[in-house]
Amino acid sequence: MTEFPSDAILVVVETGASGELEKAAPGLFGAAAAVGTPIALVLASPGAGSAAAAEAAALGARRVLIAETPDPSVLGVPSVDALAAAVEQVQPDAILISQSLNGRDLAGRYAARSRAAVSVDAVGVSRDDEGVVAHHSVYGGAYDVTSTSTFGAPVITVRQGSIEARATAQPQDSETLTVPPSGKRAARIDSFDEAVVATSRPELRGAAKVVAGGRGLGSEEQFALVGQLADALGAAVGASRAAVDAGYIPTAHQVGQTGVSVSPQLYVALGISGAIQHRAGMQTAKMIVAINKDGDAPIFEVADFGVVGDVFKVVPQLISALEARKK
Amino acid sequence: MKIIVLVKEVPDTYGDRKLNLETGLADREASEAVIDEIGERALELALTHADANDGTEITVLSLAPEGATARIRKGLAMGAGSAIHVSDEALRGADLGLTAETLAAAIRRVEFDLVITGNVSTDGSGGMIPAMLAELLDVPLATGLSSVAISDGAVSGTRRVESGVQKVSANLPAVISITEALPGPRFPNFKGIMAAKKKPLEMLTLADLGITADNPDAARSIMLTVAEKPPRAAGVKIIDEGDAGEKLADFLVENRLA
Repeated sequence: MTEFPSDAILVVVETGASGELEKAAPGLFGAAAAVGTPIALVLASPGAGSAAAAEAAALGARRVLIAETPDPSVLGVPSVDALAAAVEQVQPDAILISQSLNGRDLAGRYAARSRAAVSVDAVGVSRDDEGVVAHHSVYGGAYDVTSTSTFGAPVITVRQGSIEARATAQPQDSETLTVPPSGKRAARIDSFDEAVVATSRPELRGAAKVVAGGRGLGSEEQFALVGQLADALGAAVGASRAAVDAGYIPTAHQVGQTGVSVSPQLYVALGISGAIQHRAGMQTAKMIVAINKDGDAPIFEVADFGVVGDVFKVVPQLISALEARKK
Repeated sequence: MKIIVLVKEVPDTYGDRKLNLETGLADREASEAVIDEIGERALELALTHADANDGTEITVLSLAPEGATARIRKGLAMGAGSAIHVSDEALRGADLGLTAETLAAAIRRVEFDLVITGNVSTDGSGGMIPAMLAELLDVPLATGLSSVAISDGAVSGTRRVESGVQKVSANLPAVISITEALPGPRFPNFKGIMAAKKKPLEMLTLADLGITADNPDAARSIMLTVAEKPPRAAGVKIIDEGDAGEKLADFLVENRLA
């Protein structure tokens, strides 16, 4: 076995239901390449390892360690065991994991086991003389904070969709990782329903564009307007808590302090007043557009382009104008 | 069944939340402190189970500054039977690792069947404490549950991940975390508030738990810098005169966003 680079950054990525790498993978390798040499640990379902390793190399992994789950019905623990084995071999300067549900479980369990320090929900990484530093955007983007570990490689979880950088593709160099099982107690996955992709709309978390609707849409039927504009822009659909509480759309679409935090290139707020809790989940967007009939709505304080008007007049006109310009 | 529910005191998201720019710590004077709503939902889940199952004992556990006792007592007023408040000057600015070690030590002192937490707090938004606790306590972990069924000896629920929805289950004792899809908390009634005053609330320090904050074997996460971001400036605001949709389309096309 050859040595791993001394500036190795261990990027942990898992495969999804169809064997493809998780959506956060390109950003994780992009972040890693800026501070060191990306080495991948691919956590794959049985049989999916080599295809996923090729995908990881294409995303910038200099070398890939493949850990196929011995028993896919065991939740979480095999991933932690694999990470422990990979860190032992690679001796990285930092470990990057997505701030997804599975990523958080993995980072938390691994850090507790190895007594490593975690930097959570990072939106960027950099390197100083002492090592790798995590950058955070806290309290809904009101503060910029940096953190690192007192010693040892920090475990850094990276907010989905926050990294725009991408790494250069590498030739595939992969090997299977031997993972000694820890025997730690785990929950079981009894069944799995693959998400049915009913629409071609991107997923809210990590989306480049988001169109969100609020109470101003007035009803579940009229909330369809949000989806129409989202489709015209190729955007994901979001909602304010008020719209979710009113039953216009399921909770999974809630943007804000208590829902999903997004940092898209474009955020369009329709009929959303912009309570501080909502703004906390979207004000790090690059460009914010707001349409609201109340000219005093707080959403206008953060909007780059605000329209005081009726969403039911402005949005249909916007959709047809966008279609006309595409022709 | 013994259930421990973790609750956390956080700055109210309805107010301005501030960090102290010298210490990097939360400025607790700047906003009202409340119990994080997701923790109240976790407690609601436990209370609902207790309503239907005699012999359910619920303890709320919180690691918080000394002044937080009044907030923790709200959990007793909602219906929990007892509370544990861990507070120590040396925990000021504690990172996730130290927080989890301390909570795990407090949980180990009492027998438990189930630990219930919220999935993420509104202030730190790390969502990692449940996983750390499961590892330290060596029990199964089921996080991000959007529905939960508790039975004798087991817990199960649905867990949404990137590629779909899992149905998961675990033998007890276990640690679970729940999402906002679960029902909101009940309001404490007058009877509950009066009863809460007589319920046991135990105060613990690090010494009681045998934890040293500056253990040299454990790496800690430290804050290097903290800076306030300049508030986002408002841009153009137009009043629709029948052509705002066209103007907005122009704006999006010019900025390569459409």
